[in-house]
Amino acid sequence: MDIFIQQLVNGITLGGMYALIALGYTLVYGILLMINFAHAEMFMVGAYVGLFSLKFFSDPEWGAATLGLEGMQQFFTGSIFGLIIMFAIVFIFSGIVTGLLGMLIERVAYRPLRNAPRLAPLISAIGVSIFLQNAVLLWVDSRAIAFPNVFPVVNFGYGINSLKIFIVVTSIILLIGLDTLVSKTKMGKAMRATSQDRGAAQLMGININKVIAATFFIGPALGAVAGIFHGMYYGAVIFNMGFFPGIKAFTAAVLGGIGNLRGAMLGGFMLGIIESMTAGFISTGYKDVVAFAILIIVLIFRPGGLLGESVVEKV
Amino acid sequence: MTSHLMEARGATIRFGGLTAVDNVDMYVDVGEIVALIGPNGAGKTTYFNMLTGIYKPTEGDILFNGASIVGKAPHVIARQGISRTFQNIRLFPALSAIENVMIGRHMRTKTGALGALFKTPPARKEEQQIQADAEKWLAFVGLSGVANELASSLPYGAQRRLEIARALATEPQLICLDEPAAGMNPQETAELNLLVGRIRDAGVTVFLIEHDMKVVMEIAERIYVLDFGKLIAQGTPREVQNNPAVIEAYLGLGADALMAKHLDEGGDDA
Amino acid sequence: MRELIAERLKGVTAKPLFTAGKMTAAQKIGIALLVAAVIVAPILFQGFGQLFMIRIIAVIGLYIILALGLNIVVGYAGLLDFGRIAFYAVGAYVAMWVGIPLAGLLGETLEGWSYFLVLPIGGLVACVVGLLLGLPVMRLRGDYLAIVTLGFGEIVRICLTNNIFGITNGAAGLPGSGDSLAAPAGLAWLRRNVHFTIGNNFEFTFTSNIYWYFVIFALVALSILVIRNLDNSRLGRSWAAVREDEVAAQAMGVNTTVAKLYAFVIGAFFGGIAGVTFSYFQAFVSPESFTFLESVLVLAIVVIGGMGSIPGVIFGALAIQGIPEFIRGFASAGWFGNLSAETVSAISNYRYLVFGALMVFMMAVRPQGLIPQTRRARELLGEYDAIDGHELDAREPGDRANSTRGRA
Repeated sequence: MDIFIQQLVNGITLGGMYALIALGYTLVYGILLMINFAHAEMFMVGAYVGLFSLKFFSDPEWGAATLGLEGMQQFFTGSIFGLIIMFAIVFIFSGIVTGLLGMLIERVAYRPLRNAPRLAPLISAIGVSIFLQNAVLLWVDSRAIAFPNVFPVVNFGYGINSLKIFIVVTSIILLIGLDTLVSKTKMGKAMRATSQDRGAAQLMGININKVIAATFFIGPALGAVAGIFHGMYYGAVIFNMGFFPGIKAFTAAVLGGIGNLRGAMLGGFMLGIIESMTAGFISTGYKDVVAFAILIIVLIFRPGGLLGESVVEKV
Repeated sequence: MTSHLMEARGATIRFGGLTAVDNVDMYVDVGEIVALIGPNGAGKTTYFNMLTGIYKPTEGDILFNGASIVGKAPHVIARQGISRTFQNIRLFPALSAIENVMIGRHMRTKTGALGALFKTPPARKEEQQIQADAEKWLAFVGLSGVANELASSLPYGAQRRLEIARALATEPQLICLDEPAAGMNPQETAELNLLVGRIRDAGVTVFLIEHDMKVVMEIAERIYVLDFGKLIAQGTPREVQNNPAVIEAYLGLGADALMAKHLDEGGDDA
Repeated sequence: MRELIAERLKGVTAKPLFTAGKMTAAQKIGIALLVAAVIVAPILFQGFGQLFMIRIIAVIGLYIILALGLNIVVGYAGLLDFGRIAFYAVGAYVAMWVGIPLAGLLGETLEGWSYFLVLPIGGLVACVVGLLLGLPVMRLRGDYLAIVTLGFGEIVRICLTNNIFGITNGAAGLPGSGDSLAAPAGLAWLRRNVHFTIGNNFEFTFTSNIYWYFVIFALVALSILVIRNLDNSRLGRSWAAVREDEVAAQAMGVNTTVAKLYAFVIGAFFGGIAGVTFSYFQAFVSPESFTFLESVLVLAIVVIGGMGSIPGVIFGALAIQGIPEFIRGFASAGWFGNLSAETVSAISNYRYLVFGALMVFMMAVRPQGLIPQTRRARELLGEYDAIDGHELDAREPGDRANSTRGRA
């Protein structure tokens, strides 16, 4: 029973990260009907940006300290208040950088292919993914880098600790925030209109390129947050860290019904829990297989996902 | 026991709240030329899509040679003998004209993977036969001269005829033509009328959607009229022409006289 | 727009499609020269002591077979497969599972033939695996299929790493200690008898590497010969139809699921035989040869070479698998004396970076690849804009709202 509760807690924590990444897949799919394979690398890049900015603010032998800003580092690491501000800055900064990278990728790799055969953007996306992984491998580090251990971890028993609570709570806040953004704001309405009918949206005066660019900003920004969580949770980052979380988050998006925001959230948590349970009760070696197996089964038997509608193929 | 080639009984299809085809009874007999007409959005192409298996009717039944074809895949229905053309031409654009027709022969031939990989003598022989048959159907629609041209490079009228050749190459019992005269000039239209007659003379029953009243009045033996998904009239061209419901559907109330005149003059390219 | 396309199509030969299978005299001479070079090259390399070159070319040959198989799936049938390496793995492990006991069964005099018996077995097992995976997923849309194949490739690799059913020996690979694959038939005899020297610098011995080099190139040649036949066949045409317009293909009686399945299974066969040969050539297999990156590499060969184009695939394999290996090989053989070890390893490390960028670049600028296939180039460049957009058909049920006709 203890193991069960522990794995449930771990699963919900993982699920929060998967849900955040899954939103990026589902947003882009909803609007462009393409699988943004490079999204997994947004998560990875976000984690790296987070790592280095965190190091800059907190590592006494690195970054700010070497610039003579020890005082700032002491402020950030000295109190809970300082930590909160530091993490806020780190998350926002990493989100913005990764979001801008997402927009750049859309501009360079996808926009020229908007009317190309379907294979083309997919190949382009895999190219971006391979490029980014190897860029980090070659230009940053080919080995894993330890994540700064500045978050105060307090254990509450049953595997619950302050870090997991932080991850889950922040994830849920962001998920609710995005849901509100899409359902209430003008940009959200424009996004929904674009996903319904791009041509019609354009005729109604919506700037499609702006909507798509916004989508490619929001998804990677959320992915970056998940990347930092991942780094904090596992204590390290590495250039190919995006692959499995990426594929799992995609599975989560499909499980919930790709294109459906709430579906992606539901799918994310479900997948996190299923994976943790597999690791806890079956075998850690096969926990990654479970995600793929679920993906294949869902696609075959319920390609619309749990919350998705079945789509009539247009003729 | 039915003796009709194709018979729809209460065929209905809904998309969400919209009933695109509503409880339609219809039949086509062997050797007929039957037209399906109606205003834009009346559900004609949707009906064709149900008949050829692209959509599955929500309710009702469609029989072909007395057996239900509801729920069967498009390629299965094609193999049973219903072939079609498309309202917005759907040729294989990067293939040549003759290759398009050769694909029509696909389901009547059988070379498999091993035959194809090793070019066995039977495979070679069948390939030659496919080519000869395709040439025959190209000649039938008068496109022998452009066999090696890309389908997409042909003029519009020729593309329409090529689609017909491709459909005929499947050796159908029933050919469904979706607006075959759309975009054709008067001379091409006249040729098309002759072609439709020759298709029927070749033993293929013709079921067509057409907007050009002149074509319909000239070649159709019976006409069905759809409006808002419902069958509002049927009969010979003369009967349909004088049917008030049809006139109303096309022009709105109070326009009977105008419509009658319009139809008497042979209509236009609607 | 059309001028632009015409401009981009310049490199594409505009022969009538029906003569595409016939070769000109120049092409025939070119191929004869190529074959001669392939035969003479290993003799020269061996004679002059450049053994690494033989291995590099042999590996390129394996990638050509792999890429030719993937080309059937991606180039001919238009299906994206990100898990191609799984079939390579299946072939490689089948070679170990079947080849070793089979050699024992055949006894000392016949054990050398085990490779030639395992070769078709590995191919057929890969076909069966392809069929089992393909049956349920072939109906999926293209991008879903891509990700399912990716998942499948990873499942295979993870299962191999986890020593599934206790038969893969996990990450350590096969064969386990004490086992080995039998040397192929005739090698011992050739080694003993084919031996000559010319002058002082040239000394030739028939080695195992040379043996596999020739086996691999015989397989490449056979694969090319049979795959070429697909192009203008009933099957090849059905793939073109499925690629260009699935709905129209169905309406013409083409069972699109079966057509795609054919491509998938035939492609798997070539993956399987390449895998068996890889196993014998290396005498060892382990899961790390079958990562997702390897699938990407094979895909890059097809995409950059030219989807649907056999010369493109060969060229792609030479450029993508070959160039980095040649540079590394030459450097470690001391051909560029001043090149540091770091530079050499950087060259091979940079290759994935370059492929990634190239894939993006090619899709935007030259989607038809470096040596394109005529028909595929037309499709990829959308040269057929003349035909109306198909989505208009779909308006029928809903266009009531757009209708402007008057109704009292």
